[in-house]
Amino acid sequence: MTALPQAYRVERGTRLSRLGALGGAGLLALLVAMPWIGDSSDMRIIGEIAYYLALAQMWNLLAGYAGLVSVGQQAFVGLGAYALFVFAAVLGVPPLPALLLAALAAAVIAIPTAFVVFRLRGAYFAIGTWVVAEVYRLLFAQTSSLGGGSGMSLPAAIVRSIGESRAEREMVVYWVALAIGVAAVALVYLLLRSRHGLALTAIRDSEVASESLGVDNFKTKLSIYVAAAFGTGLAGALIYLQKLRISPDAAFNIGWTADIIFIVVIGGIGTIEGPILGVLVFFVLRELLADYGTWYMIVLGAVAVAVMLKAPQGAWGLVAERFDLHFFPVQRRLRLGEKAAGTRQAPTQKEVTS
Amino acid sequence: MEWLDTVIQGVLIGGLYALFATGLSLIFGVMRLVNIAHGDLIVLAAYLALVAVDATGIHPLLALLIVVPLMFGVGYALQRGLLNFTLGGDILPPLLVTFGISIIIQNALLEIFSPDSRRLQAAGLETASIHLGGGLAVGTFPLIIFLAALAIIGLMQLLFYRTKLGRAFRATSDDQETARLMGIDNRHLFALAMAVALAVVAVASVFLAVYTNFDPTIGPGRLLYAFEAVIVGGLGSLWGTLAGGVILGVAQSIGAKIDPGWQILAGHLAFLAVLVLRPQGLFPRMAS
Amino acid sequence: MTLLATHGLTAYYGDFQALFGIDFSVGAGETVAIIGANGAGKSTFLRTVVGLLQAPPASVEFDGAPIGGRPANDVVRLGIALVPEGRRLFPSLTVEENLRIGGHGGRPGPWSLERVYELFPVLKERRAQPAPSLSGGQQQMVALGRALMSNPRLLLCDEISLGLAPLVIRDIYKIVPAIVQEGTTLVVVEQDINQALAVADRVYCFQEGRVSLEGAPGRVTRDQIKAAYFGV
Repeated sequence: MTALPQAYRVERGTRLSRLGALGGAGLLALLVAMPWIGDSSDMRIIGEIAYYLALAQMWNLLAGYAGLVSVGQQAFVGLGAYALFVFAAVLGVPPLPALLLAALAAAVIAIPTAFVVFRLRGAYFAIGTWVVAEVYRLLFAQTSSLGGGSGMSLPAAIVRSIGESRAEREMVVYWVALAIGVAAVALVYLLLRSRHGLALTAIRDSEVASESLGVDNFKTKLSIYVAAAFGTGLAGALIYLQKLRISPDAAFNIGWTADIIFIVVIGGIGTIEGPILGVLVFFVLRELLADYGTWYMIVLGAVAVAVMLKAPQGAWGLVAERFDLHFFPVQRRLRLGEKAAGTRQAPTQKEVTS
Repeated sequence: MEWLDTVIQGVLIGGLYALFATGLSLIFGVMRLVNIAHGDLIVLAAYLALVAVDATGIHPLLALLIVVPLMFGVGYALQRGLLNFTLGGDILPPLLVTFGISIIIQNALLEIFSPDSRRLQAAGLETASIHLGGGLAVGTFPLIIFLAALAIIGLMQLLFYRTKLGRAFRATSDDQETARLMGIDNRHLFALAMAVALAVVAVASVFLAVYTNFDPTIGPGRLLYAFEAVIVGGLGSLWGTLAGGVILGVAQSIGAKIDPGWQILAGHLAFLAVLVLRPQGLFPRMAS
Repeated sequence: MTLLATHGLTAYYGDFQALFGIDFSVGAGETVAIIGANGAGKSTFLRTVVGLLQAPPASVEFDGAPIGGRPANDVVRLGIALVPEGRRLFPSLTVEENLRIGGHGGRPGPWSLERVYELFPVLKERRAQPAPSLSGGQQQMVALGRALMSNPRLLLCDEISLGLAPLVIRDIYKIVPAIVQEGTTLVVVEQDINQALAVADRVYCFQEGRVSLEGAPGRVTRDQIKAAYFGV
């Protein structure tokens, strides 16, 4: 065996990711300009895509990166949404700051929730999170001051404070949705690039091994759970700000999780690009099958099952494996050899990727 | 006196929950699979009973003779044909595939039967009651359900501890690889486990269909009750699962008495309390 | 007559290659020992033969027929039994249940519960006890008895002396003649070289996934064994 080279360099970007960044910036500029380029329904669809993307990235963060498969994220959709209604309608906080406060509230409630659900592991953890979501749903259904089972509407005064005209309100909500979508992707990307990201991958691969290396599993898992709750709560708050009306059955509906799981599984679990691809596939299917109600859901379910059995890495996973593509470089490539420090690729060097 | 009535009601219904849970517990014990479609399979069996009764006009309890073997076959086919391919270490595939199946079953049932609530008539059995003296009365049907639960769990114990198949189940549950060295074909054994689990579930489903209204969307609720009964009772113990079901039933019953809207919530809260205070459950037999 | 033969057998754990072309044979009624250092591939070899690891069909031949790659539960029913490394008794089962499940495959033959109890009387006393409650030596007896219950034509023993005191090891090896007398062919993987040489008709030495020595105990010298064992 040869001796290990002394010099090494940790490389992040790939050429594709740099190209992708440019393309992404262009696309983003286009989207921001949508209120002037497109119409109401364009903005509504793109906004929806944006918040579904945010929800999917959060679930992916939990399941794909931290190994925490939750079937109860709808708890935080509902909590964030109700918190928004409480802050805005009951406490009179202006809608946009109320969004942030709602997300914060969801994150705070996530802490004691985590202490309960973390007592379960694996598939039992999954169902446990579902039970918790049901508890929240039932509690809100029993709270008559918030409309009980039939829910409540956002008072007209609050609605007007988002924007005077309908067009203005649509614009504001659209930009906020866009911002949330972008922020969710950015948050996950930055998290994975950081030290915490490496810890996450270690935990996902082996809890025992990572613990023996000094990674504090519980704290890491807790922070990810709370972060995901924040993002999910923020999205939930926005969704119901836009809908102007909330009810426990709608806000805490398992359907949110079903759609999210579909998006992430089809797109590619454990990658950042996956949910982006998945959300596009999801919306295409929805447009195509919208008139078919139950058949739409059956097709969705069947496709998810088929993908999980035949291509568990998802559509993006297939593409990335085949062509070694990475738009979001969260891998760390170790380049060995004397020449590595300060220079770019040299053909004789070994590559170790993580 | 009224409270005693309430508690007894809860105990008897706990028998139903225990039957739901026994199926789930069996599958997890033998192959470490948590079937998210479990509740929807319960509902599927109820609809099969409905079809059988509508087609032949027989008494619902006789429909058991059709539905139980049918669900046994469904279980074998489902496991051998689909779920066996999801097993193998990672928890995601079985979870997500069974989640997908849950959605498919629910929506297929909605498509075929519509969202209307249905219920099987059992010629007055549902409303009959037995007077125990001292002003105490118990519903005949809940009593039947509870006795059936006792009988079935007893049968399961016999199966597991006194038969060659049961021995094979326990061995495979302990150590899948070494079980193969005994000549045990895992694929066949897992399919049998699922078949038995769904046969047990079928019994519970027919009772459910008579006892209460059902529609295609009540599946997830039953899954959660089954899951809660297993956790409260403790993993790996069939009688523990019965205890778990009973505790759940009593909690729900008491909750309903305080306020009808609190029925389900009371059950969930009792589960959470046990989870926080004694996470291994009340009568655990094996390490989870 | 050759009962088991392997031809250029290779084995992998994922990307890691553990066996590099093993040629091996054992005749009916023979007792063959495999010795070698830790990690030499001895256990891997047995596990591949019995079907727990993948192999090309023709690379493993049993009684003239190719069995490579067939699942372990099939191979056991053909007449090959493995006493696994570490015994791997079923903790939820009693001693007797562990023995009975060895007979799950239903092969006819001389071995039955009564005969196993004759061989290991102490097990009969403890038949209703949970398997983990027995001592190491007694557990090894259960593991052996369990394998015998499948009435194998070929019995593979993986490190049955591991973790046991010398006296206990001797007691266990005392029953080898009884097994051989029933016509069972034996392949024993052993860390204890003396014990292996004492009981075997032929011995193989594995080193880093390859056969480094083969011969009858009387014909190979100490030095040859040492060289083959350590690869010097």
